[in-house]
Amino acid sequence: MTGSLSRDVILTIIVSAILIWIMPLMIATYTLTVLVIYGMLGLSLGLIWGFGGILCFGQAAFFGLGAYTYAIAAINIGESTVPIILAVLVPAVFAALLGAMMFYGRLTDVYLGVITLVVTLILFKFMNSTAGPQYVIGKARMGGFNGIPGFQTLNVPGDPDAYIWGDAYFYVCAVALAIVFVLVSALLRSSFGRIAVGIRENETRIALMGYDVRARKTVLFAVGAAIAGLAGALFANWGEIVTPNLFSLSQSAEIIIWCIVGGLGTRLGPILGAAGLAYLKFLLGQQSMIDNTLIMGLILVLFVLFLPRGIVPALASLWRISFGRRPLGRIHQVRRTRNRERTGG
Amino acid sequence: MAEIVLETHALTMRFGGVTAADNVNFKLRARELRCLIGPNGAGKSTFFKCVTGLQTPTEGQVFMRGHETTHWMPHQIASLGVGIKMQTPSVMDNLNVFENIWLAARRFYPSDEAGRKTTEMIERLALGPIARSTLGQLAHGERQRVELGLVAVADPWLVLLDEPAAGMSAEDVERMTGIIRELNKTAAIVIVEHDMQFIRSIAEQVTVFHQGAVLMEDHVDRVMADPQVRNVYLGKKA
Ligand SMILES: Nc1ncnc2c1ncn2[C@@H]1O[C@H](COP(=O)(O)OP(=O)(O)OP(=O)(O)O)[C@@H](O)[C@H]1O
Ligand SMILES: [Mg+2]
Repeated sequence: MTGSLSRDVILTIIVSAILIWIMPLMIATYTLTVLVIYGMLGLSLGLIWGFGGILCFGQAAFFGLGAYTYAIAAINIGESTVPIILAVLVPAVFAALLGAMMFYGRLTDVYLGVITLVVTLILFKFMNSTAGPQYVIGKARMGGFNGIPGFQTLNVPGDPDAYIWGDAYFYVCAVALAIVFVLVSALLRSSFGRIAVGIRENETRIALMGYDVRARKTVLFAVGAAIAGLAGALFANWGEIVTPNLFSLSQSAEIIIWCIVGGLGTRLGPILGAAGLAYLKFLLGQQSMIDNTLIMGLILVLFVLFLPRGIVPALASLWRISFGRRPLGRIHQVRRTRNRERTGG
Repeated sequence: MAEIVLETHALTMRFGGVTAADNVNFKLRARELRCLIGPNGAGKSTFFKCVTGLQTPTEGQVFMRGHETTHWMPHQIASLGVGIKMQTPSVMDNLNVFENIWLAARRFYPSDEAGRKTTEMIERLALGPIARSTLGQLAHGERQRVELGLVAVADPWLVLLDEPAAGMSAEDVERMTGIIRELNKTAAIVIVEHDMQFIRSIAEQVTVFHQGAVLMEDHVDRVMADPQVRNVYLGKKA
């Protein structure tokens, strides 16, 4: 990464301000809100996979855990601030424990994938099986496959009656994404982030330098889960209901596809991949001619074949080719020939 | 006599039926430079891996500066101030020269100082012109030099180098010899090598491995002249 963090922050503020202003003119804020939330979810996996080399097949588990934590806490507490904080903490702690088990157990990548997948499945099955009245946490009934509706949605901190919804809720989510993006940028610029990239590149080398790879991976995994948990809480607020489908395998698979299509190892890629594909799915959902999982599959295959590094890296090299140093020379050349023409004519 | 910085007691490593390291008793003193030689499959790399925690020995113990480190993890051993280069080049291919070396320096120094030390090391290794090139683009000799640099930048007091000269040009080897000599002012060094010329140029004490066991340990001249060593190692009739 080049440039400084302050430049990053300024750019993020400008770009997100413009997007927050322009996008609602084209797409309804209700739809935009969920695209932003998915963007955050994509970023959570993009961080741990793209920069930490941890391929987690169960990022949806942390998303769902965040959403359920929010719903259950909101019902019990009756306001939204503490539930949001819990929705970040609970998945993070869960991931720290799971991660410690996996990384300290020296599991290879394949087993890591299998375990995260299985954990997601277990949560999915469990949440589906909580229909009975004995499954209550405080005042909240788990509701099994029906999920949990009717919880307190986002309110102005300290004022439970001042709900934030509609356009205002979109602004909150967009700003939250911008803040998370800046925090992720700061993390990646810090020593911790740079060492994480080193771990992705060559774990043994980093260990031989004296870094505790297990501890670092566990922490990064937990950070990813915290972001996914926040996305989950925002999603719960958006949908005003949480259901076991949050934990579904298709949800987990989609997050992985977002990252591949958007571009691994970039911060923007997974966000754009998530928002773009989710919007496409939304558009496809309004027609019934073609099955939309088919199209999603087709897109993934096309990307893997033709743009294996994803959209953002491809755009970045395109940008470099057309506006980089070499082409600058070309512009000078054009100018020179023009001048020649002028002097000649 | 200088302090013993590395010692193994009856270190043994078996892979199924193969005894790759067989009852190795090894002692290295502070600021000593020791070469390990031996034919292919003699167990030199296995010995290194057991010492660095990359493999857990079947039997025996490892001591560093008097502390037993037998079941330690590689990062714990490296954290003591042990610099390690294994036989197969191990660098971060998608990161550039600066980042590779900086990561090693950062383990022991704050960010800014790590940057300063990295710049210094890049200068010493004459890597300046390629400091921002990713390792994947570099020639083999340059990659070896970077790996040596990231070992050296952490100011280790014990350095283990497994075939650092392999595949290097004469010029590269010469530059590396200089760096190793400089490192040796503050660190004890063990070098596994096949390059006899290189060994003659740098070594005094040499340990010969054969079939997992220490065959002989003596001054380089006497080792080279020994008929038994010539027999097993050079494959010549005594
Ligand atoms: N992981 C392993 N599993 C089984 N056998 C092994 C393993 N590692 C090494 N060996 C065996 O142990 C013996 C010693 O191997 P080692 O790599 O230590 O030799 P070396 O002295 O480093 O040889 P070289 O000079 O070729 O690098 C060899 O017979 C090798 O086949
Ligand atoms: Mg070897």
